[in-house]
Amino acid sequence: MTAQDYNFAYLDEQTKRMIRRAILKGIAVPGYQVPFASREMPMPYGWGTGGVQVTAACLTPDDTLKVIDQGADDTTNAVSIRKFFQRTAGVAVTEATDQASIIQTRHRIPEAPLTEGQILVYQVPIPEPLRFLEPRETETRKMHELEEYGLMHVKLYEDIARHGTIATSYAYPVKVEGRYVMDPSPIPKFDNPKLSDSPAIQLFGAGREQRIYALPPYTQVVSLDFDDHPFVASKADHDCDLCGAGTSYLDEVITDDQGGRMFVCSDTDFCRARREAGHVGRLGTPAPSLEAAQ
Amino acid sequence: MTAPLRTLTAETDRPLLQVQGLTKSYGARIGCAHISFDLFPGEVMGIVGESGSGKSTLLSCLAGHMAPDTGRVIFDTGTGPVDTVTMAEAERRRMARTDWAFVHQNPRDGLRMGVSAGGNVGERLMAIGARHYGEIRATATDWLARVEIAADRIDDRPRAFSGGMQQRLQIARNLVTGPRLVFMDEPTGGLDVSVQARLLDLLRGLVREMGLSVIIVTHDLAVVRLLADRLMVMKGGHVVEQGLTDQVLDDPQHAYTQLLVSSVLQV
Ligand SMILES: Nc1ncnc2c1ncn2[C@@H]1O[C@H](COP(=O)(O)OP(=O)(O)OP(=O)(O)O)[C@@H](O)[C@H]1O
Ligand SMILES: [Mg+2]
Repeated sequence: MTAQDYNFAYLDEQTKRMIRRAILKGIAVPGYQVPFASREMPMPYGWGTGGVQVTAACLTPDDTLKVIDQGADDTTNAVSIRKFFQRTAGVAVTEATDQASIIQTRHRIPEAPLTEGQILVYQVPIPEPLRFLEPRETETRKMHELEEYGLMHVKLYEDIARHGTIATSYAYPVKVEGRYVMDPSPIPKFDNPKLSDSPAIQLFGAGREQRIYALPPYTQVVSLDFDDHPFVASKADHDCDLCGAGTSYLDEVITDDQGGRMFVCSDTDFCRARREAGHVGRLGTPAPSLEAAQ
Repeated sequence: MTAPLRTLTAETDRPLLQVQGLTKSYGARIGCAHISFDLFPGEVMGIVGESGSGKSTLLSCLAGHMAPDTGRVIFDTGTGPVDTVTMAEAERRRMARTDWAFVHQNPRDGLRMGVSAGGNVGERLMAIGARHYGEIRATATDWLARVEIAADRIDDRPRAFSGGMQQRLQIARNLVTGPRLVFMDEPTGGLDVSVQARLLDLLRGLVREMGLSVIIVTHDLAVVRLLADRLMVMKGGHVVEQGLTDQVLDDPQHAYTQLLVSSVLQV
């Protein structure tokens, strides 16, 4: 098949219009889950069909796209989505956060600060933060409508009762502009502070659940907590073993069967840029070659 | 057995709840019809009647779980009497988790089975803005003790509790915010006799201590005898007799009540 077989960015223009309307509504009501008619995409649910549809509706031929999965540009999921849009939209792609105009992500917010004009598109498996304790959709909608969010704190209470501390470390619930409680998708809670007051537009797409929600630039986003158990944006207490960064979110990598392990930045682009700039971690090699950077 | 509660029914009090001409039908079938009564602060009103007589329908309409076809349910809020049928839903739901409480017959309907006992009791506190974990937990511990659940069960889920414990947990969960009006639908149904007696005793104590106003639905006249100041007898959706509990039970006027008393009260 060739690019001519597809409409620009795969979806037909009517569908994109419908999705753009949902996005605009989402931006107008930050944190509110807007229903939309999710389309069949040429990939299974759970592979970012919601994010892909949002990205498709936002892309223009001049855009530069970056796709990450758990912070990495080179995982199967990220590579296949990037290729999909190269083929169906012919847009430029990049791994550099500061070069991208649209970034589709699963499970991370890039370490490099985002800027005005950028769009960050999140893939969302379960958009409803209240689902865990209240399975009835009619009831959760009513709770959002009437701002009845006590249940969200019951979840955090249960966490502390069981683990001594708020153990929720992914998909940590937030309140948007003092109004809607929102699931930020399964990003680590380390990333939660970056949701707030961001210059970029943040869009969330849930394909299977047919919901889109959004944070316009400079939206206030607060992580829920208790007075005596305040929210902490925690990360592994290490520096990156490759680039030495002390403030980035780390993945733990098992290196052998003798218990050997290392910690590396989950944001591969951030790590690469630091190493290129001469930073070296505990196990890193100084001055990485240019091929490695490509 | 001690005498039923007789509290605060002085004529000078304003009614806490005024029910006027309440009717609810399910299509052509009558749920309950033309119900009117006043409930005064601190009063316990029993509603008895055979299966299908409209007790649950009436209670659901009173508690705002169901909209009546006609009629008014006027509740004396802190700021004055308000018709809860026509009030905004947000307001009604807020009242349902502050001023009101509802104890279901089946604890599964009134508890979150996937949440610990402490979380179940703490939910209403968090719903009205409590944000201090330590304080929520302390209050929950205190309330578990008041319903005779050991403090070391606070992190267990209701599944791990007996039926009687679940029902006591449901009561604690409802009373923790100090409601003024409690609706109960067969709170002792489905429990065996000795467990029932203990629960009734506990309820009596709490009602007295907290000065609660209660509307309790039951088909068990022994429950009514023990708890209720006043009694309403329903049949076919209508109230056929009402009055002070002792009067109605000892000197029933309506033929149906006579039948009810003679057949059931021999326990
Ligand atoms: N959802 C419903 N749809 C149709 N009819 C109903 C519904 N709920 C109750 N009814 C009918 O309304 C009447 C009153 O029912 P209700 O449940 O209020 O009785 P009850 O006194 O609570 O009975 P029980 O002691 O068995 O709980 C009955 O005839 C019943 O069949
Ligand atoms: Mg009933």
